[in-house]
Amino acid sequence: MVIKLINTLLTVVAGVGAALVLYWILNKLAELLPGRWEDRLKPFFYILPAVGAICLYVLYPGIQTIVYSFANDQSTQFVGLQNYSKLLSSNGFQQTLLTTLVWIIVAPLAAVLIGLFVATLVDRLSPRGEKTAKTIIFFPLAISAVGAGTLWRLVYAYAPPGQPQIGIQNAIVTALGFDPVAWLSIRTFYLNTLLLIVMFLWLQVGFSMVLLSSAIKGVPTDTVEAGRVDGASERQIFRRIVIPQIMPTVVTVYVTVLIGVMKLFDVVYVMTNGNFQTNVLATEFFNQLFTNFNNGYAAAIVVILMIAIIPVMIF
Amino acid sequence: MTSTIQPAGTAATEPRLNRFSRTRRPAATDQLKPAHWSVKLAVIVVCFLWIVPAFGALVTSFRNESDANSTGWWTVLNPANWGGFTLSNYGDAITKAGLGQAFINSLAIALPATFIPILIAAFAAYAFTFMQFPLRDTMFVVIVSLLIVPNFVAMVPLLKVYGNIGIGGTFLSVWLFHIGFGMSLAIYLFRNYMATLPREVIESAKIDGASHYATFYRLILPMSTPVLASFAIFQFLWVWNDLLVALVFIGPGENAPMTVAVKNNLIGQQGQGWNIVAAGGILTMIVPIIVFLALQRFFVRGLTAGSVKG
Repeated sequence: MVIKLINTLLTVVAGVGAALVLYWILNKLAELLPGRWEDRLKPFFYILPAVGAICLYVLYPGIQTIVYSFANDQSTQFVGLQNYSKLLSSNGFQQTLLTTLVWIIVAPLAAVLIGLFVATLVDRLSPRGEKTAKTIIFFPLAISAVGAGTLWRLVYAYAPPGQPQIGIQNAIVTALGFDPVAWLSIRTFYLNTLLLIVMFLWLQVGFSMVLLSSAIKGVPTDTVEAGRVDGASERQIFRRIVIPQIMPTVVTVYVTVLIGVMKLFDVVYVMTNGNFQTNVLATEFFNQLFTNFNNGYAAAIVVILMIAIIPVMIF
Repeated sequence: MTSTIQPAGTAATEPRLNRFSRTRRPAATDQLKPAHWSVKLAVIVVCFLWIVPAFGALVTSFRNESDANSTGWWTVLNPANWGGFTLSNYGDAITKAGLGQAFINSLAIALPATFIPILIAAFAAYAFTFMQFPLRDTMFVVIVSLLIVPNFVAMVPLLKVYGNIGIGGTFLSVWLFHIGFGMSLAIYLFRNYMATLPREVIESAKIDGASHYATFYRLILPMSTPVLASFAIFQFLWVWNDLLVALVFIGPGENAPMTVAVKNNLIGQQGQGWNIVAAGGILTMIVPIIVFLALQRFFVRGLTAGSVKG
């Protein structure tokens, strides 16, 4: 263990050192060139390692994935559009798409609305109260979905009727006289997916709150005062004066959460592993890659996801 | 200004603040009276909802096995049930569930993946900000738009490549992956920050005969420390909390980081006591929470760009 730790520190030092040496050499190389060429080529030398890393790790594999999506499970032979047609016609994958759609419809909207609600509330507190409340709501953003999973399993845990309930949600339900519910396996109305979205919101609302809160603070006082002088109620001021002025931030937050939801993996993987109709695109991708060892399907799922993300990206 | 009914702590500073920022609204200055009780109540309810899951796990992680698996954690709210607290869950999670090893692995993955890209991206950002070359803006736009490309786009081909060159399952494979996928965010953040630095400083360095290399190394890099810190924190938390990349390229075993170990050795195993699972969960969170609380203000800066990161 100690050796691993020492190796880690050595890697950091060696990696940063190597980068410095690399740039020093690149810089010297550029200086060897005759005057005009030095100025012309130096910028490219400076961006070369970074752009190289992006090409090697994002662009090249991205294009390769598109190619693989037209090939068989071992990527040894081209099969045309077969991966896509088989995927899109299978019931399981259609269900996965529907569940992903539930996430896309519910989660970003809820994140914006709850974030806006909380941001408006804390804005009215004293500075100290505001800071405390913000820290509490913000802190889940720093932790992993795996960590959050260990927390939320204690919320949704289920034990058969008659046994003591460990999960607080079932404890409340049984205390009210109902039978306990196996929350995460109820697929009616996507209840389990909605409960996963609740957990996602617990992790995510801090983000929308912080951005929306700073937008609300940026609204000029004059406009709010003017509304007040004209006799507008607090609600009217909020809807007619504050909301239009923070609209750009609202859109940013919405799009950001939307993209996050589209490629969401760990919340679902940790809590249900995609069972009980909670499967989304990213967990299905992982299953195809590691359970079915089907590179073709996995690549096709990625391409479908990319096609879905591109309109958002252009926007 | 009716500062007399302001809370004592803020009364002194607020009139001064107001004089300088008439159009901007500092916190609570337009609030002439303390917040309505309903607002306070609503905030308390929200905060309560946010704390309950974390509090429940924290309590459970200190309970002994029979208590944790037979009664809900809220029973400890009754002091009569305070007998069964123990620290042994953490010991078990570290030794039996292998989280001690995994903790070192997480550090071994996250530290190089955090620090190595910084210099590389900073050089590129310098070129994008202060140097002229053809296609500069186009390339920058492409790099920024690659920010939202989900990282599993690259996984199928890279798994093959890693298998062929024989570095599958090593730390190197994840370092390279995180460096590649952290680059867009780093260049984006750094360039935006460097563009706000005063041009005069760079101009005068040029007049004094400083080369680009010297200007970068002596001036721009030290002046950019805040944004370098923002990126470092963001990238560190991102890599530390990552599950997918570690699962795909490392998987369970002796090199597995915290997230994979907790998922596979604790959550995924039938019959692991709630107490140990909770302790393991808390252990994964300690480092991110400390980093976050200590460096919160740097964290917020990287947030907008960082949260779309693939």
